[in-house]
Amino acid sequence: MLCDICKEKEATVHLTQMVEGKTKKIDLCESCSKAKGVDDPAGFSLADLLLGLGASQEMEEADTANTKCPQCGFSQADFKKTGRLGCPECYEHFEEGVEGLLKTMHKGTRHTGKAPAVWQQTKDYVDQMHELQTLLDKAIAKEDYEKAAELRDKIANLKTEYAAAAKTP
Amino acid sequence: MNIHEILSSPAAAAEREGPSNKIVWSSRVRLARNLANTPFPGWAKKSVRVETFKHIRDNVLQVESMKESFDTGMDKLTTLDKQILVERHFISREHAAKNTGSGLVLSQDESISVMINEEDHLRMQALLPGLQISNAWTAIDQFDTQLEHGLDFAYSKKRGYLTACPTNLGTGIRVSAMLHLPGLVLSEQVNQIIQAVNKLGLAVRGLYGEGTEALGNVFQVSNQMTLGETESDIVERLNKVLLQIVDHEENARVKLMESKPKMVYNHIGRAYGILANAHSISSKETMNLLSLLRLGMDMELFAGTSQALINELIIITQPAHLQKANDGKLSAEKRDLLRADLLRERLKGVDRPVVPDTKTLEDSQNQAESE
Ligand SMILES: [Zn+2]
Ligand SMILES: [Zn+2]
Repeated sequence: MLCDICKEKEATVHLTQMVEGKTKKIDLCESCSKAKGVDDPAGFSLADLLLGLGASQEMEEADTANTKCPQCGFSQADFKKTGRLGCPECYEHFEEGVEGLLKTMHKGTRHTGKAPAVWQQTKDYVDQMHELQTLLDKAIAKEDYEKAAELRDKIANLKTEYAAAAKTP
Repeated sequence: MNIHEILSSPAAAAEREGPSNKIVWSSRVRLARNLANTPFPGWAKKSVRVETFKHIRDNVLQVESMKESFDTGMDKLTTLDKQILVERHFISREHAAKNTGSGLVLSQDESISVMINEEDHLRMQALLPGLQISNAWTAIDQFDTQLEHGLDFAYSKKRGYLTACPTNLGTGIRVSAMLHLPGLVLSEQVNQIIQAVNKLGLAVRGLYGEGTEALGNVFQVSNQMTLGETESDIVERLNKVLLQIVDHEENARVKLMESKPKMVYNHIGRAYGILANAHSISSKETMNLLSLLRLGMDMELFAGTSQALINELIIITQPAHLQKANDGKLSAEKRDLLRADLLRERLKGVDRPVVPDTKTLEDSQNQAESE
């Protein structure tokens, strides 16, 4: 059995892992398994290997396939070679291909976890603003002008607070 | 610089204790972070890497808990020192291969380490003894938040934290624990457990040794997916699975002692015999036999000896630690001799395992077989 990566040497390392309920089997030679860090538990991820073995076709089929990231000059061919992107902006530029790729390796394609505090503040602000605006629209529809005035004050306060918070580092 | 003067001694490192540490040897949570508007280390020019390294290091050293930490560029370390850091689980092997423009910051208590310009600009980990993944997550979460004051992380509302490899995208979190599972291995149940754990989207692999072999019955369980779930969901799911594996391992040990006590005592007795008397021994064999000795200690067959001794032996018999203690590079043959000398010396004070009356054991075994 030949190694899945170099297709030259005899495969001596055999891996089977379940990814999203599907069994993926990979056979590697000693030197490729070392090069891919299979013997390094902190660094190895099967998904990395899959990237090198065809999962990147999602990227190739996208419209951006023959373009370069305007920020860093990274190309699709570079991705195929390394399995890594060039810079944070690459995610935006190769968006279309990335979406398909992410589906094959993650639970979802949208982030639901931690955000840096600055982003969290913005998110809270947008959420609160949205809520107050909805209440205001309702009050106006019901011709409850006292309530509407109260809500307008709250919105104004929130805006000033947010502007002040955004200025302090 | 002598790395032995900076790192805690293997003996001190081996003393660290945590919950369920008979079976769960350590817990780790790692976060991947990158700077906004900066190419990832693998794509950046050397001058950019050098600059970002300094910028990140200075900011890491600003964090209160890192004031007394040890920091170094990878180009300032010898190959042997780097290997020692790998054997202590403070850096990855990939990072050990880095030079100018990459570095390490390690907190004084060694619970937090930050690899700078590995695959991502920052790979920060909290490493704690025993089953403490929730605590490890809390520690690294706080540390990460403190870093935000000076570092502008690459983040998008849709994709979360942006990483060099799409496999780490979103939370950038890798939660893992190191498990000692001799009971499941001896009772040939470990493959079943691995398959069940894989089905939950978690990875299991041997921690020591090459490829897929698990030397010393030590396994690492970790999450693979990082996007589409919150950090606490991932931490909780792993915690639940780990508690179940601990249960399975405990049950396996109890059952083995009921059905095949002689087989277990035979393994432990032979392990002791070889480790305490060999004159040449490979690191592979050492690891496998120390695992059995540790099992014997968990079963209280070695009165008056602490598990810290085994933990320490596991650290100091690894190639880089052995060479460092003997002033430099040694051939594999020479290492095997020195390793055996070291083990005989350190196990001098450990009496051979005392097992319960074998007559009653045979009876119980016969009974078990006739059932
Ligand atoms: Zn190969
Ligand atoms: Zn780019």
